[in-house]
Amino acid sequence: MEEGAVLSQAVKESAEAYAVIHEKFGDAVSAFDANPTMPFFEVLDVALWQKIALFMRDHPRLRFNYMACLSGVDYPAEEKVGIVCNLESLGELNHRIAVKVRCARTGGSIPTVSCVWHTANWHEREAYDMYGMVFAGHPDLRRILCPEDWEGYPLLKDYKVQETYHGVKVPY
Amino acid sequence: MGSSINAWSDWMTGFNPMGIPLGLIILAAIPLVFIAVYALTYGVYGERKISAFMQDRLGPMEVGYWGILQTLADILKLIQKEDVVPTSADKFLFVIGPGILFVGSFLAFAVLPFSPAFIGANLNVGLFYAIGIVSIEVVGILAAGWGSNNKWSLYGAVRSVAQIVSYEIPAAIALLCGAMMAGTLDMQKITMLQSGDFGFAHFYLFQSPIAWLPFLIYFIASLAEVNRAPFDIPEAESELVAGYFTEYSGMKFAVIFLAEYGSMFMVSAIISIVFLGGWNSPLPNIGGLALNTWTSGPSWGAFWIIMKGFFFIFVQMWLRWTLPRLRVDQLMYLCWKVLTPFAFVSFVLTAIWVIYVP
Amino acid sequence: MKELDTAGQGSIRVTRKSGNVVVLEKDLATEQMVLAMGPQHPSTHGVLKLECLTDGEVVTEAEPYLGYLHRCFEKHCENVDYPGIVPYTDRMDYLAGMNSEFAFCVAVEKLLDVEIPRRVEFIRVIVAELNRIASHLVAIGTYAIDLGAFTPFLFCFRDREHILSLLEWASGARMLYNYIWIGGLAYDVPADFPRRLKEFVDYFRPKTRELFKLLTENEIFVKRTKGIGIMPADVAINYGWSGPMLRGSGVKWDLRRNDPYSVYPELDFDVPVPDGKFSEIGDCLSRHLVRAIEMEESLNIIDQCLEKMPSSEGFDPRAAIPKRIRPKAGEVYGRAENPRGELGFYIMSDGKSTKPLRCKARSSCFVNLSAMKDLSRGQLIPDLVAIIGSIDIVLGEVDR
Repeated sequence: MEEGAVLSQAVKESAEAYAVIHEKFGDAVSAFDANPTMPFFEVLDVALWQKIALFMRDHPRLRFNYMACLSGVDYPAEEKVGIVCNLESLGELNHRIAVKVRCARTGGSIPTVSCVWHTANWHEREAYDMYGMVFAGHPDLRRILCPEDWEGYPLLKDYKVQETYHGVKVPY
Repeated sequence: MGSSINAWSDWMTGFNPMGIPLGLIILAAIPLVFIAVYALTYGVYGERKISAFMQDRLGPMEVGYWGILQTLADILKLIQKEDVVPTSADKFLFVIGPGILFVGSFLAFAVLPFSPAFIGANLNVGLFYAIGIVSIEVVGILAAGWGSNNKWSLYGAVRSVAQIVSYEIPAAIALLCGAMMAGTLDMQKITMLQSGDFGFAHFYLFQSPIAWLPFLIYFIASLAEVNRAPFDIPEAESELVAGYFTEYSGMKFAVIFLAEYGSMFMVSAIISIVFLGGWNSPLPNIGGLALNTWTSGPSWGAFWIIMKGFFFIFVQMWLRWTLPRLRVDQLMYLCWKVLTPFAFVSFVLTAIWVIYVP
Repeated sequence: MKELDTAGQGSIRVTRKSGNVVVLEKDLATEQMVLAMGPQHPSTHGVLKLECLTDGEVVTEAEPYLGYLHRCFEKHCENVDYPGIVPYTDRMDYLAGMNSEFAFCVAVEKLLDVEIPRRVEFIRVIVAELNRIASHLVAIGTYAIDLGAFTPFLFCFRDREHILSLLEWASGARMLYNYIWIGGLAYDVPADFPRRLKEFVDYFRPKTRELFKLLTENEIFVKRTKGIGIMPADVAINYGWSGPMLRGSGVKWDLRRNDPYSVYPELDFDVPVPDGKFSEIGDCLSRHLVRAIEMEESLNIIDQCLEKMPSSEGFDPRAAIPKRIRPKAGEVYGRAENPRGELGFYIMSDGKSTKPLRCKARSSCFVNLSAMKDLSRGQLIPDLVAIIGSIDIVLGEVDR
């Protein structure tokens, strides 16, 4: 964060929320990125993600009760895949923040937060479907948009589509 | 051929050239031809145009002037269609289902007095027969639904059977009120008792204020019996795809539809016979203006009963294109907890009326 | 009701607190039937498949299966440049193309930081609100069909036709518009457009009342929807519900108000939420009511826009469109209030390419539908149809 930069009201609120989380979890979370378009922080200790999520939902000064979006993201340069969660305190404190969680590109695993926000249930299935990261503890981790027996994870940057699917030629 | 009671049909029954009962065959064919013609013209084309009118659109306009030939084109299509029987269906039941359905609705036409001079079979228990014979349809529906080996069809069939069997109770009790006022179950006699110089004033509906109650109960129950909206639960297209005839196509589908239109007219005719004077002209004689006398007679009688029937079919269509559909349990609630008790009440009240009032 | 059979799985009870009480009790354990509802079923509004476990007419469990209409929107986005994505957004929620475009452009413009001419903003709001009305008309009409009333559907489509012709007049297309571009518009509206729009608003206002009389106040319709599929507010938020679904649960939350974009802060409109008098808060009827009332609010918004819109003199709808759309490196989550709820786009740009590194669409129907499993438990099949209808899904947006 640059010194003296004028922060908008929304980013300021996010920074305050982040301070609460940082106070509790210390080094398990990264520094706050106060960019004007989508302020976020990253969860460095992936194992703590579920706890942080629950804390964020239930702490009276955070109350992030609404998960707007959970997107899977591929970081091929760092050999990682991750998720980006856009959280919001809907109707209560009205602040927003984004959280990033990353894991290894192959065989990586992220704790599920579908028990914290129901929204995450299907979104995590979608992220698994598209990127192949496993959400540990997810109640029903199946592919959701692609067929069950589809090969590969389509949104990875180095994805090569399979030649045939049930005898039908796939690339056209 | 005179115009005395049942003259036409009696003459036809006796028409046996060379020992062949040709007259009886013609007698049986008349309602059949009537159902086909009415289903084509009023049932299909009429309903399309009426619904179009209610929905602010034109309806069929392409085939022929104002789309008059649309139904013929549809028939042509249905005849050409392959007669598909699903491989996993029970072939016997699947084929016989529409047949039973059609025969069930058609048999009731035997006792409908179409005119003072015409009735298929002048039974002295005509009304009872009409109520009873329609129940055969249930067997056809169950055969069609079960034989299709389709879960949606089965749902439709089970719903339909439950619905028809339940609604027969208030319907029968309501009709009994009319029969009680007449003192007979003979359809022709019930009709004759409602004729007079003052036209509609002699109809049972206007003879007693209590008659309105069984009239409304029977009308509502008859809607349920012929699976029309808001009781079209067995074929609820948004829930059960098409109910018990989901798997049917081509002529079998057409036969099911014919049966449905047949029963629609049948219940409409019964309600007009029992409560609205059947083939009697509703116009009164006013002094020298003998409207009633002018509009009575065998041909006029046929005209009046068909018009009355068509009016009730129009109301059925009107309701269909206006109301949403009830839920299964609400339907049963309405039948057992509303209509049946009220039917009993009207039964008792009519009895009191008949004994004490006039 | 007496307690029965706690050990066995035989007893099934459906109790409702509303006026029409349903109590189904079963003492016998019967075999359950798996009923595949869809993908080709008239009331799944497209190609949704619900695998229902049924006991008679009672659905004990319903599992939705999606993906029949998956068209790889997100993969496409990574392979076309930003303006090229706009037509794809049309094809997501094909009943509200303008709103989808609007949401996408809001997201990209947030990343680009461009100044949008005022007239462009007003025209955007007008077409978006028109499309919202059109979309709600389809939602209400098809809901009527789900419940067996055919005529309201055709009345709705008759009025929607006027909106589609208006939008066609402006953009040249009836459903897939590609009208709202990043930084501007494809064209200015035709010169006579405001007058015709005014005519439409005056024509349509009484029609919303007519719809109320025909459908919303119908006794059978109320009986079929009141108290069915109740979703409490906190659970709705936890499920991520948005739009009319969330408002139906009594949460006064509208992105046009709570996270304002474009010129919505200048406009005066109500955010309708059910008060629990006519419906039970959170039931199917509330959701239907919210949609029905929202149409009138949209008309108010259009009226105000027509008044406040700057004139077309010297106006170039493409003036603010950057020559080459290449946002600076960064991420954005931009969203807008769609007829079905919050449509968000998470966009990641590397600052070098004209194509996004990642573009995720947060579809409102997808999220709303995810509550289906909970909502359907222990419902009757006709109620299941009523619930699916009230969620108002567009499978194009669910599957993307």
